[in-house]
Amino acid sequence: MSLTLPTYPQPDGRGRFGRFGGRYVPETLIPALDELERAYAAAKVDPEYLNELDRLLRDFVGRPSGLYLAERLTAHAGGAKIYLKREDQNYTGAHKINNCLAQALLARRMGKQRVVAETGAGQHGVASATAAALLGLDCVVYMGAEDIRRQELNVFRMKLLGAEVRAVTSGTSTLKDATNEAIRDWVTNVRDTFYILGSVVGPHPYPAMVRDFQSVIGEEVKVQHQALEGRPVPDAIVACVGGGSNAIGIFAPFAYLPEGERPRLIGTEAAGEGVDSGRHAASVAGGRVGVLHGAMMYLLNDDEGQIVPPHSISAGLDYPGIGPEHCLYSETGVAEYVPVTDAQAMDALQLCTRLEGIIPALETAHALHHAVELARTMRPDQTVVVNLSGRGDKDVAEVMRLLSLPAGQSSTPGTLHARPEVQA
Amino acid sequence: MSVPTPTTATTPGAARLHAAFARAAQQGRAAFIPFMTAGYPTAEGFPAVADALLARADILEVGIPYSDPLGDGPTIQRASEQALGGGTSTRHTLRLVRDLRARHDTPIVIMTYVNPIYAVGPREFMRLAQEAGVDGLILPDLPPDQDLEIADLAAEHGIAVTFLIAPTSTPERVKLVAEACTGFLYAVSVTGVTGAREGSALGEVPAMLALARQYARVPVAVGFGVNDAQTAHQVAQVADGVVVGSAFINAVRNGQDVGALAASIADGCHKG
Repeated sequence: MSLTLPTYPQPDGRGRFGRFGGRYVPETLIPALDELERAYAAAKVDPEYLNELDRLLRDFVGRPSGLYLAERLTAHAGGAKIYLKREDQNYTGAHKINNCLAQALLARRMGKQRVVAETGAGQHGVASATAAALLGLDCVVYMGAEDIRRQELNVFRMKLLGAEVRAVTSGTSTLKDATNEAIRDWVTNVRDTFYILGSVVGPHPYPAMVRDFQSVIGEEVKVQHQALEGRPVPDAIVACVGGGSNAIGIFAPFAYLPEGERPRLIGTEAAGEGVDSGRHAASVAGGRVGVLHGAMMYLLNDDEGQIVPPHSISAGLDYPGIGPEHCLYSETGVAEYVPVTDAQAMDALQLCTRLEGIIPALETAHALHHAVELARTMRPDQTVVVNLSGRGDKDVAEVMRLLSLPAGQSSTPGTLHARPEVQA
Repeated sequence: MSVPTPTTATTPGAARLHAAFARAAQQGRAAFIPFMTAGYPTAEGFPAVADALLARADILEVGIPYSDPLGDGPTIQRASEQALGGGTSTRHTLRLVRDLRARHDTPIVIMTYVNPIYAVGPREFMRLAQEAGVDGLILPDLPPDQDLEIADLAAEHGIAVTFLIAPTSTPERVKLVAEACTGFLYAVSVTGVTGAREGSALGEVPAMLALARQYARVPVAVGFGVNDAQTAHQVAQVADGVVVGSAFINAVRNGQDVGALAASIADGCHKG
């Protein structure tokens, strides 16, 4: 792993990705964001910081994560080779830890002893609590009461790691409300608190900073794809998108390649019960431009500007917006964003589990569904890389519950699927 | 004590706001600026609450209820949720203000997060606000350097704008924000969200205001955490205006006499 963080042409000097992004926050936070921006700019070129981050990513997280040829999924799809970028192999089970360690190191450099974080599915909360434990920082995690119910095991993990988990009961009691509370805590305790933001959303410099920290995923793909296929750039890359951090992490190192050299980049949004149903979390397909949590982005909001509660089978995708850089990619055609429903994700989860012995997170299953569909349409000499953003341990109880529901009580298929057909 | 800085009002809204500060100052008071969430406790009940506040207000601040109010504490957030549940949001708020305007001369400012403005469309929003008789806008999640169009559009429609400074603001930020305000400058008394606090004290407020007055061409009001006559009185010693919000929401919720509380806090706004 090279001891530098990447530099990309976006955002501009004002923290904008085209018309997206910015800093729509209470004035109280502006000096803190300026301070963070300066601290990050300094850390980014400081060998001491980069060495420590590199050491932790290698020895603590277990990087590089594998790029694994999924032979049976490939055979099942009957087209392009499907590779899985194994972020599920990371310690704590998902890509989130890359960013949390980097931000927690930054917090320590800045002399902040207390960190706050928001979490939906709990993966970012667990990663934040882990980083805080490792570095000896106090940690408070805000989590929607509904998500606490869905992710009991992760809640206990965070507590075991020494974090305080605060239940959020305002609004829809999910990720967006947990984010509101984390920002409010930060506004109140801004002088001694660092906010570890979990995705490529929020006010500048978070979307750019989190992207840089997650870009390790795509940078590794270049090296690994070169070794496996004799060329650094795959033909297509698919990743699930809630806020969009795992997707940006694997997209960004390819997104600024000249057109023609760039792989197809495809983000899968949570379409819930369908984009037309009104119960989804597909911000590109079903949203319009607005401002939430400090940034302008595609957003589920009504014609009076009220945020429309999102729905997804996956707590981690249950967010009404999408990171500003994704918005720019979408607007300029650099990446495509496609909706994938709850039911399609559940099918893909079972497919991957049965064929590859890998239980993916419900978030990731959205990407897997589309990757299989896409691979079918491609040639066998082509490659599709799916960012396997996290493992499904956290979702097993919820999946069990959903699969045991009688058909008709849920949008989700109510039966365990028979062993999928594998084409010879 | 402080007297509002003589200004050249840039819009009719600004002129009306500045006149309200000047009248209060002539009477030896800081302007009393109560806040109420539009449509709270219900769309039908709101006008009576607003009337009770307007009986003593120098300026009334009406909040557009919003689903994700980042800068507000639990009291105002709950009020917003209740008002939204009752069907009040952006356009309805402006209709409620228009109805108040028909009965009252007191200047009215709208507090709104920026997303409702974008959703309605900045130009359309300003047109509706002007039509409703709105004098000013308070924009808690819009630092002035984020969007230069909104202030321009407001001015075009005769509406003044108010931005916020905080105890964390650097001198450079204070200068930038102060110079951008055309209605009044809103100084947040503490780091944090809106809401009554135990042991509210002036703390960093005097130093912040001294800095702000070097740059502001408009009166300076203080808010967040002011919830009774005593705190209002403290703030009035250093500020041109005192904003009180959550205390009135709590009073409505608890069935207390809002008019009596308004009278008490308004009396507290006397200087000296």
